[in-house]
Amino acid sequence: MSTFVVGAALPEKRYIINRAALVSYANASGDQNPIHQNEEFAKSVGLENVIAHGMYTMGLVGQYVSAMAGSSSKVREFSARFTKPVVVPAGVDVELIVSATVVEVTDEIAKLELTAICNEVKVLGMAKAVILL
Amino acid sequence: MLNPDLVGRTFVGATSTTISSDSIAAFARALGEPETHLAPPTFAITISLEQSQSILVESGLDWSRVVHGDQRFLINKQLTAGMEIFCNSTIESARVVAGNEIVTVRSDLLNGGEVAVSSWSTLVFRA
Repeated sequence: MSTFVVGAALPEKRYIINRAALVSYANASGDQNPIHQNEEFAKSVGLENVIAHGMYTMGLVGQYVSAMAGSSSKVREFSARFTKPVVVPAGVDVELIVSATVVEVTDEIAKLELTAICNEVKVLGMAKAVILL
Repeated sequence: MLNPDLVGRTFVGATSTTISSDSIAAFARALGEPETHLAPPTFAITISLEQSQSILVESGLDWSRVVHGDQRFLINKQLTAGMEIFCNSTIESARVVAGNEIVTVRSDLLNGGEVAVSSWSTLVFRA
C-alpha cells in the first residue's frame, strides 16, 4: 500500500509475457482467437507474429493497479487504449514494465496515470485508474 | 456496415451467468494476482465481450476482422463468486474511419437489479 501524493511516481513492476501465459489467459478469459496462440495463423492475417490479447496486457496493468491500491477491491475505474500490439515470439519472455504517476488525490480516491512499456515502446495509451483510498 | 438504426439500442441479456469461484481463480492466476477469490478489475470482460460479439456478429459485422481499440470499466461493486449476473449491452456509437468501422458497446453487468460493473469496449472492424 503506497502513500498517494499528487505528482508522485509509484514503483515500477515488471511482468513476463510468453506463449504459455497467453494460453493460460485464453483459457481463463474464453478468448481463443488464434492470433494469440497460432503463429502460422497470425502471420496469415498480416501480423508479425503471435500477439498478446490486448485485455491480457490491460489485465496485467490492472494487477499493478490492484497491487498499488492494496487490493483489487479498491479499483473503481480503469481504462486504456490499445495503441501497439505486444508481439510474443515462440520461446521468448517479453517483459512488460508498468509504472504510474498520481495525478489527483481527494479524501476518498486517487487517480493514476499508467504507463506500460514493452521493448521500449508504449503499448497502452491514455491508461488511467481511479482507486479508493 | 452496421445498420445505423442499431445505435442507441439496448440488447437485454435473456439469460444470466452465475460467477464461479473457479472462473475468478483461473482469471486471477492468469494475471499473477495473489487474491484469487476476488475478481480482478478486468474480469467483467469475460462476460461482456461474448455478448457484444454475438450482437455484432448477428448484426452483420465480421468478428475475424476485429481489433480491440479501447476499453473502460466502472466498478460499482466488485464481482465475486456466486453472483448472478445479467448483462445488458447498448451500442453507443458506430462510425466509419478510413473504411474501418468503429463501434462502441457499453455492457452493464447487473446483480440484483443494480449495475455492478459497466464496461465500454471500442471495437475496430478492419476494412
